[in-house]
Amino acid sequence: MDSDEQVKVSTLEAYADTIVPGEKRFPGDHAIAGASPGPGAVVAGALELLHTEATGVTVGLPYLAQALNEHAKIYAKERDLELDKGSPPFVALSFVDRTALVRSLTAPGHPEKDGWVSLALFCNMSFDSAAHKHTAEAIAEGHPGLLAMGYTAPDEDGLWRFPKFSYRRELARLHPDTTPSGSPA
Amino acid sequence: MNAHDQTDVVIVGSGFGGSIPAYHLAAGGAKVTVLERGPWLETKEFEHDYLLGSSYTRAFDFVVGDGMSVLGGNCVGGGSVVYFAAMPRAPKFVFERHGSIGRRMWPSVLTRDTLEPWYDRVSDSLPVSTQDWNDVSYAGGLWAALCDHSGRTANPAPVAVDNDRCVNCNFMMAGCRFDAKRSLLTNYLPAALAHGAKIRPLHEVQRIERIDDGDYRVHFNVVDDTDYRARTGSGTIDAKVVIIAAGAGATPVILQRSEAALGTMPHAVGRYFSGNGERLNTAIIDEERVREVLGLSREDGKVYEANHIGKGPTVANWDKLDGSLPEYERYSLEQLYFPPGLGTILAQVPDGDEPRWFGAQKKEILKKWSSWLTIFLMTEDDNEGVFGAPPPTGNAYRISQQMLGRGPLKYDPTPNTLHGWSLADAECKEILEKDGLAKVAPWTNDVVGAYTVHPLASCRIGDDPETSALHPNHELRNHPGIFVTDSASVPGALTVNPAMTIAALAERSVPGIVRALRARGVDVTYGAPAPDGSITGRRAVGKLSLVAGS
Repeated sequence: MDSDEQVKVSTLEAYADTIVPGEKRFPGDHAIAGASPGPGAVVAGALELLHTEATGVTVGLPYLAQALNEHAKIYAKERDLELDKGSPPFVALSFVDRTALVRSLTAPGHPEKDGWVSLALFCNMSFDSAAHKHTAEAIAEGHPGLLAMGYTAPDEDGLWRFPKFSYRRELARLHPDTTPSGSPA
Repeated sequence: MNAHDQTDVVIVGSGFGGSIPAYHLAAGGAKVTVLERGPWLETKEFEHDYLLGSSYTRAFDFVVGDGMSVLGGNCVGGGSVVYFAAMPRAPKFVFERHGSIGRRMWPSVLTRDTLEPWYDRVSDSLPVSTQDWNDVSYAGGLWAALCDHSGRTANPAPVAVDNDRCVNCNFMMAGCRFDAKRSLLTNYLPAALAHGAKIRPLHEVQRIERIDDGDYRVHFNVVDDTDYRARTGSGTIDAKVVIIAAGAGATPVILQRSEAALGTMPHAVGRYFSGNGERLNTAIIDEERVREVLGLSREDGKVYEANHIGKGPTVANWDKLDGSLPEYERYSLEQLYFPPGLGTILAQVPDGDEPRWFGAQKKEILKKWSSWLTIFLMTEDDNEGVFGAPPPTGNAYRISQQMLGRGPLKYDPTPNTLHGWSLADAECKEILEKDGLAKVAPWTNDVVGAYTVHPLASCRIGDDPETSALHPNHELRNHPGIFVTDSASVPGALTVNPAMTIAALAERSVPGIVRALRARGVDVTYGAPAPDGSITGRRAVGKLSLVAGS
């Protein structure tokens, strides 16, 4: 088994990869399950974001990784799954089983729901908004999440402006009771 | 500020509920101090950036509750700095609602007609503008065309935006870099400052106590300007009158925490919270079908792909704002933009297998983000939110240094609320999926509960002491000299964006507060013009002010 730090990192990577999955970085990549083509949350910087102190979750990461692996062991035992001892238990789960476990941890009523939802929120943010980087810089660097979502570069001053923004056509009848203030009656 | 500071009026919060009385009372001659727990940001500090620590997270608060999460402003100017500036007036039937109490829940003196002159004052003061089809974004236009295609109407919404200055960047939630949004930083607040009002940013009020001479002492913490979890100081300030306008997610918490010193709070403090019946649906537009069926195309040849272009909501469907329909079956459906981060995590894959909010299918719809169309449902809920025990400071246990916290609000939607949501969801689906134009799904309520950007009613006005915390003049029952003038005072869901109604109620509350100050020996008058000097709105309410709040 790897060092504590490696266990923590690969466990959290596997969690991030369950939220926004991606393709394996190299042959034998265990943390990333390879459930989706193209980069996912891990390559988008999930671990970097989770290690950003401003999130407020950083100090809890060792505990969360440990707890996730404990849950994975119980999950596997309940289903008679044989886990590869060369990986942390959550990493050793298949993508389908990781997903099922994360669903149960984030479901209404789970006593630890808040922590797992926070972790999922920041993993998602690493992909959809790159909250660990200046947005314009992230786009310039080719951040995979922002590019996948269709972001384009801002103007030279780092601000977005869209001079063309409207079909400029009447596209529906107004409600017949609209008042002069433009409000409903 | 030292421990013995004294003033005529302390106002807690600088959103609509705080800035409007701050201006009028300062203009009338009162000494006014506004305590705002968030930072005071200048226009040049409003960034187009999702980096944690940018203006997006400095000015915003996201408080996760049990069954309901609340988004709100956290800066000088409050919600007006981060909101999307849609300013419709509430429809007539809203004022006749019974809600959960079986009888009219608004004070008998308040109807759309009696509030109209106060709406006019706000409209003059911000100002509010009507929009035409040349102003609406691609997303708004697409929503209008979809409504029309299914035999419905659609309206460009009135807004507090200067469309000539707007660049359609869709970064309104981080504050407007171009001063196009007419936030309170552009009207009431500079006018209040010009009349001598003091604004203290990063001052988070903890509690209020009554002191020997009948005045009130307001206890505050000073919070760090970057890490809002950290306290850098504390103090008190005494005042003859206290106005609490910390927002519906925070006002009741301050009063709950003050109960030990002030005495028993009215039963309705921290109860009857409404999320304005809000719910979101995300549609994935089929670009080619829209071209074929609706004939829409942009100048550059694209059909839509413009989720990220615009200025929040621009077009709403109001066909179900029909007073002849039963309560809980009336709602508006408004096109909205929601930024990434908080705006994608809850969106669900239409027709997908569970889980629908994360995983491989979710990633596939994220790749179509520019073809998303978000529809905002504002329905009639049942005021079922209740605040639990207050956290040690503020209104939440802060998790992140900014924005994210865990609060004591519990919201368990009743069958009435669920019924309204399901009708509105079905209507959305009917409009959006007709002829294969889109696929749509509501946001999940299973992750952070339901979700509101318009918290209301947690300390509301009313005629009945059992179900309203405030007299119809916004004074806290059994605690003379304490007023609540913010979203907490609105009795219930409005079926439209509430800022206009919150602001109108705040305007209407001012003459009563002037009277309370005069009764306490403060030489203050009522009758200031609009912040830009216009007197049109003042003329309209001049006579009304004699009876309002009496």
